[in-house]
Amino acid sequence: MATPRIIVVGGGLAGLSAVIKIAEAGGAVDLFSIVPVKRSHSVCAQGGINAAKNLKGEGDTTWKHFDDSVYGGDFLANQTPVKQMCEAAPGIIDLLDRMGVPFNRTPEGMLDFRRFGGTLYNRTAFAGATTGQQLLYALDEQVRRYESEGKVKKYEGWEFLSSILDSKGVCRGITAMDLRTMEVKAFPAEAIIICTGGIGAIFGKSTNSVVCTGSAQSALFQQGAYYANGEFIQVHPTAIPGEDKLRLMSESARGEGGRVWVPRKPSDPRPPKSIPESERFYFLEEWYPKYGNLVPRDIATRAIHRVVFQEGLGIDGQQMVYLDLSHIDRATLDRKLGGILEIYEKFVGVDPHDHPMKIFPGMHYTMGGLWIDFDQMTNIPGIFSAGECEYQYHGANRLGANSLMSCIHGGFIAGPNALKYAKNLPAQEGDGGAAQEVARQIEINKDLITNQGNENPFKMWRELGDTMSEHVTVTRYNKGMKQADEKVVELIERYKGINLSDRSQWANTSFAFARQLKNMLELARTITLGGILRDESRGAHYKPDFPDRNDEKFLKTTKASFTGAPEGPKLELEEVDTQYIVPRPRRYDSA
Amino acid sequence: MANKTVKIEIKRQASPEDPAVWEKYEVAYRVGLNVTSALMDIAANPVTASGKPTTPVSYDSNCLEEICGSCAVLINGRARMACSALIDTLEQPIKIAPLSKFPIVRDLQVDRGVLFENLKKVQAWVPIDGTYDLGVGPRQYPQQQEVNYPLSNCISCTCCMEVCPQFNISTGFVGAATIAQVKLFNNHPTGSVLKEERLRALAGDGGIQECGYAQNCVKACPKQLPLTNAIADVSRDVIVQTVKDFLRG
Repeated sequence: MATPRIIVVGGGLAGLSAVIKIAEAGGAVDLFSIVPVKRSHSVCAQGGINAAKNLKGEGDTTWKHFDDSVYGGDFLANQTPVKQMCEAAPGIIDLLDRMGVPFNRTPEGMLDFRRFGGTLYNRTAFAGATTGQQLLYALDEQVRRYESEGKVKKYEGWEFLSSILDSKGVCRGITAMDLRTMEVKAFPAEAIIICTGGIGAIFGKSTNSVVCTGSAQSALFQQGAYYANGEFIQVHPTAIPGEDKLRLMSESARGEGGRVWVPRKPSDPRPPKSIPESERFYFLEEWYPKYGNLVPRDIATRAIHRVVFQEGLGIDGQQMVYLDLSHIDRATLDRKLGGILEIYEKFVGVDPHDHPMKIFPGMHYTMGGLWIDFDQMTNIPGIFSAGECEYQYHGANRLGANSLMSCIHGGFIAGPNALKYAKNLPAQEGDGGAAQEVARQIEINKDLITNQGNENPFKMWRELGDTMSEHVTVTRYNKGMKQADEKVVELIERYKGINLSDRSQWANTSFAFARQLKNMLELARTITLGGILRDESRGAHYKPDFPDRNDEKFLKTTKASFTGAPEGPKLELEEVDTQYIVPRPRRYDSA
Repeated sequence: MANKTVKIEIKRQASPEDPAVWEKYEVAYRVGLNVTSALMDIAANPVTASGKPTTPVSYDSNCLEEICGSCAVLINGRARMACSALIDTLEQPIKIAPLSKFPIVRDLQVDRGVLFENLKKVQAWVPIDGTYDLGVGPRQYPQQQEVNYPLSNCISCTCCMEVCPQFNISTGFVGAATIAQVKLFNNHPTGSVLKEERLRALAGDGGIQECGYAQNCVKACPKQLPLTNAIADVSRDVIVQTVKDFLRG
């Protein structure tokens, strides 16, 4: 048979990894991305990538990496794929090194490693503090090489709208929209791989990039794909509050010795440098003596909220704490953390070499995502997924520097599996449903562009972000989450009255945004309702009314399926694979 | 402080065929406001300063922290990233226009695809054998990493090309960003296997000889790449390569 054609949607680390594996194996790939792939959100990852290379004589092993990851994720992750990822990780680091990633080096010329949260080992390889950017560029370069050889065709500036499903519910391609001409077209493929990243935009302001709306995942969810563990949202402890976004301040700042503190005296008016050690409250070090500033993110975030909201110790009475690097010498900081210190100085106007940074937790990552099996395939035959948009590797809380590894590893698994699947796929009947799906999408576009109402999509989005950030992030109450869901239902209703102030058919960005907004709203319900159902506290999901983990009832994956009914998605619980490590209490405050 | 506003003027163009017009806006001032947040404000309330309804401004942006390279525009005449342009540091009215050296798409959006094509021409990659496990990479010392890492920080924003007097359609000059990548990959132990081909790609029309040493590029680069050093080093290597090729016949 002819060479199978695979479509990869999304050109971040996961998407590019999948593309490389398929091209290398002789498959033909069409790569779709809203932005030129070199501008994908993976560039924002800062601190590093985990692999138990054990180059520091600490006796680190892939099993310890596996155990730290499962324990850090509060046992919610299926253990088989996590174990495979940790075993593959050292080889992936070597490959990235061979591709030319400028990793930091030891004096002898070996890869350098640093510490990250949720582990006691130096396990994180890094390229300054712009590791994601460097990894993405290395993969982008390899894809460009395949592109120049004609093995990959890029569709940059195209937005995925939906999958094409045949009469048996098998995927036969995608529909996508050219963001300049606004033309909707069908692209046939034997298999597709969804690598569309995070969903930060659902929370309004987050550390995510503008394109991280979750729109593609939501479109597939509405076409019948399961969405799993949506309620698990990681709020990063250290972000720089901003008007347009919350800028990440990498965990590597603490990995290199950064300390989090507040003045012991509420609203202490003194400048931070003049406050003596004895009058500083290093709360993470006091509360978690073994891990100190490097407890997992959910723990650090809740500690900062406790200090600010319950103990009233935020700096100047505001929602901020200090992240202090000013005790570390300038040359070391520049060599290991240059990129992130530059971001702070540029956007805040204060030099963090000399002054403690002011930070606060910000929405950062979704552990949940498209449900996939161990071959990275969703429940819809022919639709695979890899990267942040799927749920497989991080359980109830992701460890820092595991995301880059899960993206690349996931792409490396999804690519070859999609190719294998495609080679065995029986030929489609007729056009496989393409014409019908294109017609459906054009109809949606027509309704949207001609709609007469008075709702501005950007204003509605701000309302969505405010309600989700207030009720569905760090501390969750069923009452608040019910309010949030009611608000989202109201927004879905109001969406019918949307009015685009721009009705043109050329590079209409508000039109594309309005389509994304609808998908954001549907996914917001799934996240919230999953949170209401889960009456326990596990990893990033914390309910004061249910403060303990309840393995008997909730050591389960939440699987949501779209119904279109007013009461929202159908939720069911699925067994978690715990065959290697028996779940144990997760306590970072004691040994 | 009540009702303090920011005055902004934006050069708008509905499509490549339409005429360009300047439109004026006022948005509410907040501490820490940057140009991208002001553009978001206009989208949420698309009216001009005189109260006339308008359309949201089309512009490229993504990471909003100066690492993706999307949002390069001209702000008060200077090529720079819109996300890191803090309102407090800008003279008002703030005049925002699209980059002038690239084909316009709409409003502040331009097509900068030429850079990615140039990167193909110079084979800006390390030609690895494959992605299967071949063991560790070549040993490299921290001193080498410290030379290569800054070159690898290029975000493809094209500010260096916008400000270059030699970069235009008639010269076909590849521009500083591509030359810096040639130095980066020629420096890499495995990447250097393609060194001669990369240098030949930079010889002749549109190649490195077009550089007029105006040094605008290094001043405009938001990531402080050592662009003029890279041009000097690669220039020398291209000349040596050209002479070698001539002598070899």
